[in-house]
Order: sequence, then C-alpha cells, then structure tokens
Amino acid sequence: MPKRLLAASGIAAYLFLYLPLVIVVAYSFNDSRLNAEWVGFTWRWYKALFEDDAMLKAAGNSLFIALTASFAATVLGTMAGYALHRYRLRLLPVLIMAPLAIPEILVGVSLLIFFVAVNLTLGLLSITLSHIAFCIGFVAIVVRSRLAGMDESLPEAARDLGASPWQAFRLVTFPLIAPGILAGALLAFTLSIDDFVITFFTAGVGASTLPLQIYSMIKIAVTPEVNAVSTLLMLLTLFLIVIASRISPDSVRGK
Amino acid sequence: MALLELRNIVRSFGDFAAVDGVSMMIESGEFFTLLGPSGCGKTTLLRMIAGFDAPQSGEILLDGKDLVATPPEKRPIHTVFQSYALFPHMTVAQNIAFPLRMRKIGKAEINERVKEALDDVRLSDRGGRFPGELSGGQRQRVALARALVSRPRLLLLDEPLAALDMKLREQMQLELINLQKEVGITFIYVTHDQTEALALSHRIAVMNGGKVEQLDEPSKIYDCPRNRFVADFIGTCNLIEAKVTVAGEEKMVLEIDGLGEVTARNPGGELTGSKGVLALRPEKIKIGQQIALESGENRFRGKVHDFLYMGDVTVYIVEVGEGVHIEALLPNSAAGRPRIFAAGDPVEISWRYDAGVFLND
Ligand SMILES: Nc1ncnc2c1ncn2[C@@H]1O[C@H](COP(=O)(O)OP(=O)(O)OP(=O)(O)O)[C@@H](O)[C@H]1O
Ligand SMILES: [Mg+2]
Repeated sequence: MPKRLLAASGIAAYLFLYLPLVIVVAYSFNDSRLNAEWVGFTWRWYKALFEDDAMLKAAGNSLFIALTASFAATVLGTMAGYALHRYRLRLLPVLIMAPLAIPEILVGVSLLIFFVAVNLTLGLLSITLSHIAFCIGFVAIVVRSRLAGMDESLPEAARDLGASPWQAFRLVTFPLIAPGILAGALLAFTLSIDDFVITFFTAGVGASTLPLQIYSMIKIAVTPEVNAVSTLLMLLTLFLIVIASRISPDSVRGK
Repeated sequence: MALLELRNIVRSFGDFAAVDGVSMMIESGEFFTLLGPSGCGKTTLLRMIAGFDAPQSGEILLDGKDLVATPPEKRPIHTVFQSYALFPHMTVAQNIAFPLRMRKIGKAEINERVKEALDDVRLSDRGGRFPGELSGGQRQRVALARALVSRPRLLLLDEPLAALDMKLREQMQLELINLQKEVGITFIYVTHDQTEALALSHRIAVMNGGKVEQLDEPSKIYDCPRNRFVADFIGTCNLIEAKVTVAGEEKMVLEIDGLGEVTARNPGGELTGSKGVLALRPEKIKIGQQIALESGENRFRGKVHDFLYMGDVTVYIVEVGEGVHIEALLPNSAAGRPRIFAAGDPVEISWRYDAGVFLND
C-alpha cells in the first residue's frame, strides 16, 4: 500500500512538472493559430521561425552570449571553486553562493544601476557581463563538490613523487575534476541561454535574446511560433543537462 | 651520521599539541616503526617528514642538512599512503612511471624500469589495467612499486596494510620485510598494530599523546617496557600495584596488597619505598596443580576464576591471595582438549623473579 502511494505521488509529481511542457510541444505542431483544439500536424510554425529575422537575430545573440558567458564563467568559477576548496575560508563560500539565492530581480536591478553608474552602454556586452556574474557561483559549486569528492592525498601523492604544485594540478587534480568543470560549463550555458529576468534589466533597447523575444511576442498572444521556439529551447537545455549528468553524475545530482 | 634526525619536533593545532617534542635518529637501512594508539600523532609526524606540514619548532635533518625549507617534491623521501593514493585516471604502468617522468628520465629507460618494477611486485600482466580494476593487495603492491621505483633515500609507510584482511596482511608483512632487505631503502613504518610492529621492525618508537614513550628493539620493548603505558599497550600484561620494600643489587622485594611479598628484577635506580606496578607477561607464568618451587621463583596458591579458550592457547585468570587476579597462558598442545582446568579448580602459579619487571610511577 505505501509502495503504491509512493508510485502514485511520483507519477503525479512528474505530470505536474511535465504536462504543461508537453502541451507546449504538442501545440507547436498544431495546424491552427489558436492554442485551443487539435486540428492537425504541421511543421509550418518551425518554418515560420526560420524565416523570422528578429527571431534569428535574437537566437544568434543568445548563442553568442551563452557561449561567451559560460566560457568566462567556467574559467573564473573553476578558479573560485578551487580556492574555496583549497583555502577553507569562512566568508568566501557564503559570498560566492549568496548571489544564487538573492532574488534575480534584485540582481537585475543592481546590475542595471551599476552599468548606468559606470556609463556602460546597455547591449550585448552588458548582458554578457551580467551572465558571467551570475554563472560563476554555479560553476564554483559544481567544481567544489567535485574537488570535495576527490581523495585529498592524490595531489599530495603527486607532490611526494616529485611534481611541482603546478604539475600536480595539471597532471592529477585537473584531469580528475575535468568532468565537474565540463558539467559546470554546460550548466552555465543552459542558465545563460534561458535567463530572462537579469537579461531583461541589462539588455537596453538594442539587443534582444530568445527569452526576451518570446516575451515580446506573447505580449500580443501566445502564438504557435512561440510554442515552436520554446520547444527548441527546451530540447537544447534538456540535451545539455542530460550530457552534464552523464559526465558528472554526482555534481549534477547533488550527491 | 644518522640518515634522518628529528630534534625536538613540536606541532600544535590550536592549543592541542599533536606532536610534542619528539626527537629520534633513524639509521640508514633501518626498518623503523612508529607505534601508538589512534590520535597519538603518527601521521602528523610523518607528514612533517614528507614535507606536507611543517613543525612549529624543532629540526628535521636528512644527512645532517635541515629539510624545513625543502618542498616535498625536492625531498628524496616517498610516501605510501594509507589509501594508496593511486591516480585513478592513469594505468598501473603510468602510475609507476609518474615519479620517473617527474625526474625527466628518458622514455626508453622509464619503460624498462617500469617493467622491472612490475616484475618485482609480480604484476607484469597488470600494467595496462587501471587501479580501480585491481584487488586491495594488488593496489598495495602498485603503491609500493611506485614509491620505490625512483629509489628514494627514505620510504614512509602510513598504515599500509590496515585496509587488508588478516591473511593478506600476514603475507604482505613477509613481502615487506623481504622487499626492504632487497632494496636496502630505509623504511619508516606507521602502525597501531603492535604484533605487526614487533614482527617487522628493527627498532620501534612507541608513541602516546604526541610523545615518544620508549624507543628500542622489539624484544626490549616487549620484555623491558619502560613504563605502564608501554607494558599495557604492547601485548597483554598483568599490571599489579606494588610497593618496593627492599631493593638489592639485582633483585628487589615488592609488597603487594592482598598477596604479600614478591621478588622481582631490579630495573636499576634507587627505588626503595617507591610505588608502581609489577608488569608480568601471562606466557611467562607457569600454571599447574602442583609446582615444585625452584630457586629464584615466586609461587602462589589460588583458584581458577575464569578461562578463555583461544584455539592455540587457553587463558586462565587465577585468583591468588585476596582478590588479586593474574592471567596465565597454557598452550593447548594436546588435541581435542579445550582446557585442563575448570573455573573453581585449585591451582598453583609460579614465575621466575626476572619474568616480572617493576615500573615506577
Ligand atoms: N589538520 C588538523 N587540524 C586539527 N587537528 C589535527 C589536524 N591533524 C591532526 N590533528 C589532531 O592531531 C592528533 C594526531 O593526529 P594524527 O593523524 O597524527 O594521529 P595518528 O597517530 O596518525 O592516528 P591514527 O592512528 O588514527 O591515524 C589527533 O588528535 C588529530 O585530531
Ligand atoms: Mg594516522
């Protein structure tokens, strides 16, 4: 009996999570302007998508920002994660984790005020900088958890056997935490590509990203085109998360 | 000159002194053991010798030269870690080649020496495997091969056999002794297992609470413990509260509450009137229904209080005098006979005066 109850609540939870997504995906193939009833199967919304210049431009921006931001955040976040692990400082972990918990809207507003204060024109650069800022913490956490799972004595053994501190890092520590770094990079990429709130505040008038573009479209109505682009975005992020959990199961599953 | 000399090493964590004024000299070619209970500072001391940690005061000298400013990679000292610390992303052969690579030795020579090292530890067919694919004993041997392949002056081993089961441990102990003889490298071996320490070492330093309690050959440590802690920690030992009444040149007379006078060996020094314990090893006590008294022996009547069948021997706890319990051993040489005496049986026990040693408090 409790077993069945457990199974039932599990199924309910999954339905709750995925049913709305399934609906979006389904309507993206629906041959009707209205998200009301199923008419028939079509690829036409996807075709419209690839003919929509604004959408393509936004997608290009999103990809550029996500690639740049995740790369920079991975380098900085890895260094931060290593420092967190190596020097057991009291305050540093809190300071690097806090931005993950601070409401995004606050981060967005404060970044906007900051960019205005330093006279930075809002656009691709300001969005990218903001994304780097909020991704560092996530990468740092993933890398740190990978380091925490590594036997302390391994880099020591390397030193003991004649490796300089740098050689010990390059030949032993780095290869062992590489899956964590890669997982952190994928996580940063997915966070960046679908971020809305912070992007909204730091985008200015010129630059748009996919989430901003979708938002501006649904101000009028939720068109099937929005369903189509949402489906593609969802597929991409799902794919990346699956890969991330494959290469570094414990850090993504929060072991 | 000693190979390694420690001079008054102190290492504290906060107020707590993990290593508290340790001095010792270790000779070249020696199998030297640090023995002590958990938390007595063995690993801390080893880490300072390897260079992962530095003493707050004191000196570590190798061949008479101070090592304190030398980083671990520049010390001709290698460590076999308790967890083995084999690099999981490298094959067995790559692991063993690691210290040679760090020394910028040519490819051809590395291959040759790795092959030799694998042969030495009987793992020639495992060179291409990853550490995760090996058994505990095999990993142990890879760790040894890796630490020895570049011929360090000194090898540190931190409880290297602790993770192995009994049978394998005994086998590895023999291999370790032979290996050490063969390579002639000085070993500093850490363990909290006293039988292992007695079996392997040339000399043992018994540590407790960050200090060295006694530093001696195994037989000296066992037969002539210097204080109550050493007597109690090494093997089983009867420790009986006693007071010295007369101290002669070689013998002394002790007064034991509830038992009376006992003759013991005088460990030296002016001890008349001092209090302490009589340390008496169970296997040095004879037990029987009636024992003829020989000269220089102590003999008492008592009765069997309890006994423990151990397979090879039976341990009898004999009550003598008023409430004094003494453990004695009897080998079970006759087959199919778990015990000779039962609880309550009247017996006699005796021991030579020099079987017992008086330890001053
Ligand atoms: N980095 C550290 N910070 C604080 N205390 C420490 C540290 N390292 C060791 N200690 C303390 O120092 C004492 C000695 O530790 P050490 O590891 O040397 O013991 P050990 O003799 O090797 O014990 P075991 O047989 O359990 O390995 C312990 O009480 C331990 O708690
Ligand atoms: Mg230890």
